[in-house]
Amino acid sequence: MTKTVFIGALAVAGLTAGMASAATLDDVVARGSLKCGSNEGLAGFAAPDANGVWEGFDVALCRAIAAAVLGDGQSVEFVPLTSQTRFTALAAGEVDVLVRNSTWTFTRDTDLALDFPGINYYDGQGFMVPRALGVTSAGELDGATVCIQTGTTTELNLADYFRANGISYEPVPVATNAEGQQQYLAGACDVYTTDVSGLAATRATFEAPGDHVILPEVVSKEPLGPAVRHGDNNWGDIVRWTLHALIAAEEYGVTMENVAELAAAPTDNPEVNRLLGTEGELGAMIGLDNDWAVRAIAVAGNYGEIFEANIGESTSVGLARGLNAQWTEGGLMYGGPFR
Amino acid sequence: MADVADQPREKFRLGMLLYDVRYRSLTIQVVAAILIMLLLVQLVDNTVTNLAALGKDIRFNFLWSTAGYDINQQLIPFTSQDTHARAAYVGILNTLLVAFLGCILATIIGVLAGVLRLSKNWLIARVMTVYVECMRNTPLLIWILIVFAVMTEATPQPSQFREGGTASMILWDTVAISNRGVFMPRPIWADGSGIVMAILGLSIIGIFVLRYVARKRQEDTGQILPVLPLSLALLIVPVMAAFFLLGRPITLDYPVLGGFNFQGGLQVRNSFIALWLALSLYTSAFIAEIVRSGILAVSNGQTEAAFALGIQPNRTMQLIILPQALRVIIPPLISQYLNLTKNSSLAIAVGYMDVRSTLGGITINQTGRELEGMLLLGIFYLITSLIISGLMNVYNSSVKLKER
Repeated sequence: MTKTVFIGALAVAGLTAGMASAATLDDVVARGSLKCGSNEGLAGFAAPDANGVWEGFDVALCRAIAAAVLGDGQSVEFVPLTSQTRFTALAAGEVDVLVRNSTWTFTRDTDLALDFPGINYYDGQGFMVPRALGVTSAGELDGATVCIQTGTTTELNLADYFRANGISYEPVPVATNAEGQQQYLAGACDVYTTDVSGLAATRATFEAPGDHVILPEVVSKEPLGPAVRHGDNNWGDIVRWTLHALIAAEEYGVTMENVAELAAAPTDNPEVNRLLGTEGELGAMIGLDNDWAVRAIAVAGNYGEIFEANIGESTSVGLARGLNAQWTEGGLMYGGPFR
Repeated sequence: MADVADQPREKFRLGMLLYDVRYRSLTIQVVAAILIMLLLVQLVDNTVTNLAALGKDIRFNFLWSTAGYDINQQLIPFTSQDTHARAAYVGILNTLLVAFLGCILATIIGVLAGVLRLSKNWLIARVMTVYVECMRNTPLLIWILIVFAVMTEATPQPSQFREGGTASMILWDTVAISNRGVFMPRPIWADGSGIVMAILGLSIIGIFVLRYVARKRQEDTGQILPVLPLSLALLIVPVMAAFFLLGRPITLDYPVLGGFNFQGGLQVRNSFIALWLALSLYTSAFIAEIVRSGILAVSNGQTEAAFALGIQPNRTMQLIILPQALRVIIPPLISQYLNLTKNSSLAIAVGYMDVRSTLGGITINQTGRELEGMLLLGIFYLITSLIISGLMNVYNSSVKLKER
């Protein structure tokens, strides 16, 4: 079996890498759809709804990119990837962009030959335990059994944190969030650890979310964002500036509702005009037309609208904006200048 | 020699490579070999070129960098500060452990099922038929997941073992079956335990000597010694005597519920049990068929002759049928052992940290060295398989028909 995998890997590397090194934008346009590597199911971030339509915070970014490039937010092919397979799939050209709660790190950016064009969620790793255990701090977890998704940064953070604090633990590796959830609920592990946003999203799907607490300790920095292959800078620019368009749109008050109206004629704000293409030729500079940002915003709204609709406080996931608020409101979301 | 020289030697022409039967097969083989070589060169070259295009090279120095992750089941000490190479080594030992124990259990179950399927008892024979057909006609992965699900969902949590809980330990409060694994007493070796173990070893050698003596005696005089009771006595009495004379040097560390989980004792994790049982049950079905075919391959006349000589059915099977059946059984059994070893790479499905999960899983993922990792994995499984089949071939040559 292993041999087949190896030959398969050789063949895949051999066949697809040639394609991957070509301009991704041309491939996407020729194909007529965007292949977006997504989570295999994390409520609020990326999961199919009852009708099989993918929705979520990460999904919305994929749809915005598809709308900017292809003109239709629905022409996205979602490829569910596990934490183990995601970067290989991206490197091999199976997906055009990976939007899958992936942490931007030095080694991934350099050694894995990826690029992280931006950050769409500032996160950190946390711990969730059943309320019945009576644990109030991560320092009390000595001897606990911890469920953890393999192939993630959380796996390494966990080892570092527990070693630094002299706490012993037993790791139970799981392949997917669903498996981790099942193991945790069956009591096969005392603690489930992943990014706090992931914990909140997972807890929201429980029958009794109130029976589980997320401990106050946040043990790492997890800047999550889309990833593309290193080397195709134009495609990286498109992903980066689509994300920034969504963030800037929130800052300037451009919403899903008023974007068509604002784009119809130049407004008083030149920044909005350049963003929406009523002034200047910014779209052409990244190989798109001038309405690219309008279409991206029209799919699911600006960054704030996407956040509120999928993972905000009004949803079952119930995440506060926190670090992900606009810079004008004390957060870290800082859309680049459109000029 | 003159007449040889006189014969007109046909001059070699290029066309003969194709039309002359003496050269044609050679030509075809050379062309085929060149094509295969070209294909391989193209594949390797393409891989290297494309990896280079992706900015990746092929290097193995990642093996010496810090692993950074923890492994739950470790036969040798391992911390997150050790290297990826050591993590791979821990994984290799876990693979070998489950493969070794799996081969033993699969053989025991397989031989039993195979023999029982030939039983004259209708019910037993049919039950074994159902067992074999169910096991070998469903994918192994499903069995692994079923056993794991049963172990996780149907067994109590450790917290249920507390005062007032619904679960309790079995075997005089020494063994706890929980959804995190089976916790059992662990022996602690004190001074003098080495002597006890040495006596145990001597006893085992003694049993072999006893068997040899018994056979010799039977061949010489026809008298049969009660080998089994004598062997058991030889195995137990000296060891127990030494154990108590030396003041019980081997004590047991019992698992005790403390904090989140059981502390102390020996934890056999559910992932290991699931993989081990599923691999054994699945492979045992194939072994059962191999054993059955081996027994059926021995002519019925052999059994009839044995019965005619008044040999009991048990001893007929033991002394006459099985030794002959082994010649048929061993070669296909080798490939079942190889299958079991390679199938253990499905461990990742239940989070068992075998070499596929450490080197081929987490290490690859944290370092991004897929090709190198898979290459090393392939080499490991290749070497392991070759060693297993080598050992089994040695055994095979000892049981095969001796031609004198």
